[in-house]
Amino acid sequence: MSRKLLLEHINVPGINTLEVYRQKGGYRAVEKALKTLTPEEIVEEVKKSGLRGRGGAGFPTGMKWSFLAKPEGVARYLVCNADESEPGTFKDRYLMTYIPHALIEGMIVASFALGAKVSYIYVRGEMMPQIRILEKAIAEAKAAGWLGKNILGTGYDLELYVQPGGGAYICGEETALLESLEGKRGNPRIKPPFPAIAGLYGCPTVVNNVESIAAVVPIINDGGEEYAKIGIGRSTGTKLISASGNLVKPGVYEIELGLPVEEFIYSDEYCGGIANGKRLKATVAGGSSVPILPANLTLKYANGEPRLMSYESLSEGGFATGTMMGSGGFIAFDEDQCIVRNTWNFARFYHHESCGQCSPCREGTGWMEKVLHKIEHGHGTISDVDLLWDIQRKIEGNTICPLGDAAAWPVASAIRHFRDEFEWHIKEPIKSQTQNYGIANYAVPIEKAPVTEEK
Amino acid sequence: MLKVEEQTPVVFSSELLAKFDDVITRYPADKSKSALLPLLHLVQAEFLWVSTSAMDKVAEYLKIQPIEVYEVATFYSMYFLKPQGKYAMEVCRTGPCCLVGAEKILDHLESKLGVKEGEITADGLFSFRGVECLAACGFGPVLQISPEYTFYENLTTESVDKLIEDLKNK
Repeated sequence: MSRKLLLEHINVPGINTLEVYRQKGGYRAVEKALKTLTPEEIVEEVKKSGLRGRGGAGFPTGMKWSFLAKPEGVARYLVCNADESEPGTFKDRYLMTYIPHALIEGMIVASFALGAKVSYIYVRGEMMPQIRILEKAIAEAKAAGWLGKNILGTGYDLELYVQPGGGAYICGEETALLESLEGKRGNPRIKPPFPAIAGLYGCPTVVNNVESIAAVVPIINDGGEEYAKIGIGRSTGTKLISASGNLVKPGVYEIELGLPVEEFIYSDEYCGGIANGKRLKATVAGGSSVPILPANLTLKYANGEPRLMSYESLSEGGFATGTMMGSGGFIAFDEDQCIVRNTWNFARFYHHESCGQCSPCREGTGWMEKVLHKIEHGHGTISDVDLLWDIQRKIEGNTICPLGDAAAWPVASAIRHFRDEFEWHIKEPIKSQTQNYGIANYAVPIEKAPVTEEK
Repeated sequence: MLKVEEQTPVVFSSELLAKFDDVITRYPADKSKSALLPLLHLVQAEFLWVSTSAMDKVAEYLKIQPIEVYEVATFYSMYFLKPQGKYAMEVCRTGPCCLVGAEKILDHLESKLGVKEGEITADGLFSFRGVECLAACGFGPVLQISPEYTFYENLTTESVDKLIEDLKNK
């Protein structure tokens, strides 16, 4: 069994209550941080831990904290991003449902480190049950003196509030989230200024993902250096992976970064292989935005070496033969799934969720959805594949926020790796309505290209 | 489109207004507009949808222009801008759930309830629609029922039938 830092006590009955959470060592990090460490020392520990943002971008959390501006007499804010909406990702919901105090404990430590007196947890509106769980847990913590005025007699005051969103994927982007928290449409802001300088209400603000904040607790308890010993290279610590799709055991797993992808998919400790005895066709390794990979490239690099679950290893080979860690939303497709249909589905998602601020994204996502709908339903022409390629190229990099890229990458990678399936849909318009293309040649690992010696 | 003339004025109960008063204490005094999204949720929980008249009252309460409420209510997908069934079912229709049969659940709801997506059953009890990812991909297909947002996982056509029967008999 690998080491668990966040989900160690997930199966303990009553771990969602303050009492049981305390019995299992909860709130030790708050005691240690508030009584024995200075805010600067906490930031230093987080830097040493090498923790990278768990929301998707993977930016080092300690460095993000150190950018926070600290002008005299201006409030500073910590906002937790619990707007988990990336298709394939459901780890934060799991954490908040079962161990809400892990997030609250992390919030207290992080707020202290950043000098925030009021902090918000922005939870996506659909998670009303989780909002109720968090509000109950906050009330419990407050009654026990972990929140409110003069926490543990240290003179530090903190109020923590839960803010519901309204159902918008874009509010997972940090500046859109701040706009939404200010009671406006979720339109991402132009950066700079970054939130660390001008965030919520124009004040210096740090926005962190739920899992990143929860990870601060073991970092403070054990020290940043201990945390950095787990994992591989610059991918330190453990990561929650949300596994979904055609797997024997979908669910949330805590892995040590560096676990071979093959072991994650096929071992009984994790997903237990592909459901119904079928073969793996493709995976999306980090949430719907990251490039889809065929089975062979999921398990191994183009040169045949095994691929690992880490930031670096998943992106090995660039977009040509690699993908990204993203938010850790691992979606597996079995041999009977249709890549064209899934690409259309994702394109519809991005079209629906585009905020409409930038033309390339607003128009491009809708256009891609229409073209993919046409191909999927047997009305495509061969030039449509090139058209799709052209549209996605014109979205990528041309928008204020990364939603444009997120919409473009799934389309680009599906064409890159599964072009023949698109072409089959177009050449066999009637057959494609009743059957799928199947696994084709993707399960066969790519052989190393033979090198012809020069004579 | 918002059609103002078709709507009857709403009255906010003192209980609802007390909840409003509680919400705005969470923000700095001059930033009460931050309460807009939570207030619209409270309104929807009370009336099962958000009418223009209700939005105007929210604007009045927060001392902002009605347009500031309209633009928010129309931007976010959770706010119902027209009446729904008593149990408004929302089924996730995004990729991972479709891999495990979400489309079948949507088709089944349509035939079982005898209404199309967005319509209300004759008895006023049910309406349904497909929505984008609900962040429960590993437990799909999933649906949620507003206004409580109770959540149902690993759906089959049989479990949906049972759910509908249970709600009818409630």
